[in-house]
Amino acid sequence: MPDWIIQLLITLLKGVGVALGLLTTFAYMTLIERRLLARMQIRLGPNRVGPMGLLQPLADAIKSIFKEDLTVTLADKLVYTLAPIIAIGCALTAFGGLPAGPAGSLFGADPWVYNLDAGLLALLAITSMGVYGIFLGGWASGSKYPILGGLRSSAQMISYELGMGLSVLGLLMLVGSTSFHAITNWQANSGWMIMFQLTAFVLFLISSFAETNRTPFDLPEAEQEIVAGYLTEYSAIKWALFQMAEYVNMITASTVMATLFFGGYRGPAFLEGLIPGIASWPFIWLFAKIAAFLFLFIWVRATLPRLRYDQLMRFGWKLLLPVALANTVLTAAIIAFSTGRVRVLLLVLLGVTGVALLIAFSDRMRVLWTAPTVRREDVNLTPARPAGGD
Amino acid sequence: MLLIALGIGVLAVVVSAILGPKKASRAKLMAYESGNDPEGGGVGTGQRFPVHFYLVAMLFIVFDIETAFFYPLAVAYQKLIPFAFFEALTFVLLLLVGYYYILRKGVLEWA
Repeated sequence: MPDWIIQLLITLLKGVGVALGLLTTFAYMTLIERRLLARMQIRLGPNRVGPMGLLQPLADAIKSIFKEDLTVTLADKLVYTLAPIIAIGCALTAFGGLPAGPAGSLFGADPWVYNLDAGLLALLAITSMGVYGIFLGGWASGSKYPILGGLRSSAQMISYELGMGLSVLGLLMLVGSTSFHAITNWQANSGWMIMFQLTAFVLFLISSFAETNRTPFDLPEAEQEIVAGYLTEYSAIKWALFQMAEYVNMITASTVMATLFFGGYRGPAFLEGLIPGIASWPFIWLFAKIAAFLFLFIWVRATLPRLRYDQLMRFGWKLLLPVALANTVLTAAIIAFSTGRVRVLLLVLLGVTGVALLIAFSDRMRVLWTAPTVRREDVNLTPARPAGGD
Repeated sequence: MLLIALGIGVLAVVVSAILGPKKASRAKLMAYESGNDPEGGGVGTGQRFPVHFYLVAMLFIVFDIETAFFYPLAVAYQKLIPFAFFEALTFVLLLLVGYYYILRKGVLEWA
């Protein structure tokens, strides 16, 4: 066989492997999320189907395949069917470009499906295509709540995409390349990016919560407000595909954050002194970092209440965007006018100040500061005047 | 990768369409509206929405193009300093004028 056919076969195999791996991870993510949420609320979570509930995802999958697939009379049939496919297609494709290790570490093959020099740009482009799936799904459902959810979702996702795109600019200036390998190698030499770009990391984290429609930004599917948003008219496997896309996007966002700010597939360098070579064990570090971020996603879901829509847009446009821009400009200034240790020091200082300002200006903190503190003991429980008139 | 991903989506939908039961009734195919008959028509039949969504989309286009201009500059930045810094700063300041305008105009206020 000629060489290119073998290459093609290997790539196809890796693609199928990544896709199936992501779907399995998604299935078990739902289980782990339910178990963890239960833990956080002092309950047990699913533990009946199989040992420790391990067969629960399988049962869910089989159920959703064998369910009746309804299409509302008023729906646009073609777009209605295509929308979940677009969503899952974009979500799965985005993950393929992320490296899980150095070249040749996957039994002699490269541990990624495709590798582009403009990796980060391609990733941002593909993930933002996901908004089409959600919006078209909402529009094609032929019902009111889905359209509302779809509109909200598209406005939210494009707003936070700006913050996301702007927040990585400082990082790109430091590295000088958008390829994930260059970014990882730079961090292997100079230390993890989070030290130099703390503000950017926080902004990116917040944006990725909004991009993946997770709490506290899950307004598109706010159950208590607009039924289930764009999912209202979806049933059976199409609904499951949307859920799948959301969780796969979460995994992708975790991987991107690990790659951009936490050294990617390399472990912390100071551990090398204890066990030589530990920092370059393939896959393990990346998996650990992804797991940590996924835990954070679930933790936040169990902790924070949802934002109101005007709060969401105000936060995105009036706080996230200016702070991201300021961070970019100041990073640019620091890179332009300082070198060596001074530059590192200034960057660290910028990161800490940026995060402090972000917290100080966020609404929650302002409310906490301005709210009157009333202790339970201070409340006068006996009415000043006796009820019943005088 | 895109083909595989889309293929999985299509496969799932097709398998489900083959395996699932098909017993539709008029009530089942009605759009959800808390059990009432849906008011108004379906897709694109003159429903109206706040103009805010349109404005946000316009602003997104403007600022996303701004971001697109920044990417090549950021990648080549270390080779172009300090000249590039002042260039970029001018560009950012021009944009900030626009940003200030929409801010004072109240485009970003959601009543």
